[in-house]
Amino acid sequence: MMDYDNIMSKNVKTLKPSGIRKFFDILDNMTDAISLGIGEPDFVTPWHIREAGVYSLEQGYTKYTSNAGLSRLRAAISEYLDRRFGLRYDPNGQIFVTVGGSEAIDLCIRSVLNAGDEVIIPVPSFVCYGPLVTMANGVPVYVETKAENEFKLTADELRAAITPSTKLVVLPFPNNPTGGIMEREDLEAIAEVLKDTDIMVLSDEIYAELTYGQKHVSPANLPELYDRTLVVNGFSKAYAMTGWRLGYVCGPAPLLKQMLKIHQYGIMSAPTTSQYAAVEALKNGDGDIEMMRDSYDRRRRLLLKGLRDLGLECFEPRGAFYMFPSIKSSGLSSDEFCTRFLREEKVAVIPGTAFGEGGEGFVRICYASSVQNIETALERMDGFLKRLR
Amino acid sequence: MNEILKLLEEDSRYTPHEIAAMTGKDEEYVRDTVKRCEDEHIINGYTALIDWDRTSEEAVTAFIEVKITPQRDDGYDRIARRIYQYEEVESLYLMSGSFDFSVIVTGKSLREVSRFVAEKLAPIEGVISTATHFIMKRYKDKHRAFIVEPEQEERTLFV
Repeated sequence: MMDYDNIMSKNVKTLKPSGIRKFFDILDNMTDAISLGIGEPDFVTPWHIREAGVYSLEQGYTKYTSNAGLSRLRAAISEYLDRRFGLRYDPNGQIFVTVGGSEAIDLCIRSVLNAGDEVIIPVPSFVCYGPLVTMANGVPVYVETKAENEFKLTADELRAAITPSTKLVVLPFPNNPTGGIMEREDLEAIAEVLKDTDIMVLSDEIYAELTYGQKHVSPANLPELYDRTLVVNGFSKAYAMTGWRLGYVCGPAPLLKQMLKIHQYGIMSAPTTSQYAAVEALKNGDGDIEMMRDSYDRRRRLLLKGLRDLGLECFEPRGAFYMFPSIKSSGLSSDEFCTRFLREEKVAVIPGTAFGEGGEGFVRICYASSVQNIETALERMDGFLKRLR
Repeated sequence: MNEILKLLEEDSRYTPHEIAAMTGKDEEYVRDTVKRCEDEHIINGYTALIDWDRTSEEAVTAFIEVKITPQRDDGYDRIARRIYQYEEVESLYLMSGSFDFSVIVTGKSLREVSRFVAEKLAPIEGVISTATHFIMKRYKDKHRAFIVEPEQEERTLFV
């Protein structure tokens, strides 16, 4: 008999399965449940973008593209980043197209780490960074961001986490699940800490277009950080294109040249249809971004007011489409809260602990859902909290 | 004000409480604005979008091109008034181009609508001609598609 347990990579075995599998199992057996659990836009990709994908198929554009992606797409990305964020990247050498932001994150990590190198990861944050570091034989070093600091990574927290083995700092802002952002002065403080080191920055900016009340600032906007920053972005959140699996990475040409090799051997090229659709998104999609952002913003306000009216402490998220209220007053752990809320009230939200340390006592609620769902969830939350008191 | 109107156009069931929360205005202000818009006929009513084809109700809709001779003094308005007062008329627009009025008429049957055109609409003084087009299928109305696409399959994933 095969001893799969022994065969398996030790690295893979140490990865924890996502803790929320059980919520899906409960959800599966429920009717009239409301899920505010999955973090993705509730819009369908705008038609003109879908149509561009369909048209590319009609034209017969079904072959691989260059490893780095269509040149016209890279040119459009370069133009877009400059126009929207004031970021300058050369489409030949400083940008390449990936299978979602996820692949770009993986490539950044794999292309800089040697065994034992440490990567500083602010948590709560999206779940992928730590496991990808582990798979690259690196060591994740988690730093808890705090509600009282608006879930920003502070210079002091960063300084305390740096060791001689630190290779990379992940800046996952605007943040999933907290909605925290980093402003220019916050990044300046980070730059000061990193000065005179060789530490790189991986800036995951997938929610860059979804900020409320202020424009997104990238670490790469700061001249003192530009040369040490890898920017990851993509189409999923800004254009409601999650299923198209398309992202990109930008950064110093010598690094990208090496990184492209991993992409070339592991992936070849990002999906061609998606790339043609993405060109259309970048050229004619600014209006869609505004429309969707305004819509999320209205729902953000509605949910924030609703949660605060229920007496829950809640940081006002400034980016992405998640609310991260404290549920400590309920007396339940995050996991108990979410399990019971789902079983008793049929509303799925995610325990903060799924996003790493510092998440205990919080839950993540995705407000990229209909106003009606949000209102119903709030009513059910009201009933739930009252019964607990 | 326009933000509130846009929200009501999106879903007229939004309550002042919800609109206030979504726009960051206070509820009192929203109530007052809605009231004022109703008084000033900026808001002319609230209605539901119903796909009658999914019910047992028999209904037909026709789109009718109407050519007229404009009347002295009143121009188009007098004839328009004579047309839109009929219960059967759902919408009436003055058009640019090769005809003057676009009249949308609903009825229980083809015969009922035809009779309306022949007996009520065509004989109106000033109406020169009519061309009736029956609507065969309604795909979209007021920004809402009437075709329900099947949902994407259930997914288990964590993002």
